Amino acid sequence: MIEVRKLVKRFGLKTVLRGLDFQAQAGEFVALLGPNGAGKTTFLRILASLSRPSLGEVKIAGYRLPDQATAVRRRLGVVSHLPLLYGDLTAEENLKFYGRMYAVPDLGKRIAEVLELVGLAARRRDLVRTFSRGMQQRLAIGRAMLHDPEVMLFDEPHTGLDQEACSMLDGVLREVAARGRTVVMTSHDLARTAELASRFDVLSGGLIAASVERGEIEPNDLLRFYRQAVMEA
Amino acid sequence: MKNRAISVKNSVEPGKTDSPSATSAYLGALWAVVWKDLIAELRSRELLSAMLVFSLLVILIFNFALELDPQTRSTVTAGVLWVTFAFAGTLGLNRSMATEKDRGCLDGLLLAPVDRSALYFGKALGNLFFMFSVELIVLPIYSALYNTNLFQSGLLLVIALGSVGYVAVGTLLATMTVQARTREVLLPILLFPLAIPVLIAAVKSSSGFLQGIDTAEIMPWLNLLLVYDVIFTAVAYMVFDFVVEE
Repeated sequence: MIEVRKLVKRFGLKTVLRGLDFQAQAGEFVALLGPNGAGKTTFLRILASLSRPSLGEVKIAGYRLPDQATAVRRRLGVVSHLPLLYGDLTAEENLKFYGRMYAVPDLGKRIAEVLELVGLAARRRDLVRTFSRGMQQRLAIGRAMLHDPEVMLFDEPHTGLDQEACSMLDGVLREVAARGRTVVMTSHDLARTAELASRFDVLSGGLIAASVERGEIEPNDLLRFYRQAVMEA
Repeated sequence: MKNRAISVKNSVEPGKTDSPSATSAYLGALWAVVWKDLIAELRSRELLSAMLVFSLLVILIFNFALELDPQTRSTVTAGVLWVTFAFAGTLGLNRSMATEKDRGCLDGLLLAPVDRSALYFGKALGNLFFMFSVELIVLPIYSALYNTNLFQSGLLLVIALGSVGYVAVGTLLATMTVQARTREVLLPILLFPLAIPVLIAAVKSSSGFLQGIDTAEIMPWLNLLLVYDVIFTAVAYMVFDFVVEE
């Protein structure tokens, strides 16, 4: 589903990604771990077609980036630590706007489903700027799922969320994974990641330094695995 | 909220979206951007109120600063009007793009599966609507304060063409500068030199209509205005994708 070969990303003289190789099969849930500044967000932004690779090949669902970016974006849902929502629109209006951007069929029904899914049906007519951080993030997840994408990218989605919102997010993530969607998620929360992902990749020094399947490692060993991978990179 | 089981079925199967024709998807996205900007502005009134207050203050200050006889008035009116529209327009363009930067909304727009020129035209149409709204309020007030009739078809045409050119290049540059920390300062620095051909042509043709000069003499300026409108719009259409991408 996702295929990345020899990906290089440079910002001026600074090289962030140095020939990175990455693959994710359909239905796989990959947790992308790494220290701050390792290039996780840069990598996700390239997958999301928001940033252009300097060198290398990126394919998602068989479509090449950046040449076939429109076809890729149709199959992508992106959740970042920012909600990508308009404060002066209501929850329902925000979804209506994004639904029109994605040409979602039967939009009214779909919005009702998504609001129910993220637990905001009762607040559908409230302005987003009156929402708490957790509620905005829940709506952001609804926004990303509105067009039912095949691939979902989560960039540190637990940032700034309280325990209740984190649990709700975990529920949505499990639901997404259960439906066979391909998920790539960056996170610093190893405990939560250990319960959710089917594979753990460590990005360090601009490369995937280590990768392990969930079945190959005990949940308690994830921290040790991560530290070792970062030290060896 | 309880961490409950989620059993909602999706109405869209993966890879089987009812893909509408490319044109209707393009127009749908373009209209969605305009609709979103209008609704948000209707609620906040941040953009229009800033533009209006600024415009009225400028007109009022000029009214007191210049002791005008009717002859002088017809020669300076075009300049006063376009100074007002240009600076108020910059305020509006800055504010319009700042709302996209807030909460990362620009990324949300860029993730949409449409040709990115639809985003540009959507934003430009919204900005044009706000500029026209301010002009529609400013013109009668100016007419009353300066005892001049500004509701002449020729002058209205010039104002429409000048606004289109200004907004066309302004929306593109506002999208570029919105990423910068000093965007409020950067936009006018970049915009005014580029918009000079439009502003000069607009001032000259406005002045011509106000002084009752023969239309044949004004036509070269009007043509220039029209050409710049087309060039700016075409260039913005071609380069917008590169401007917004990292």
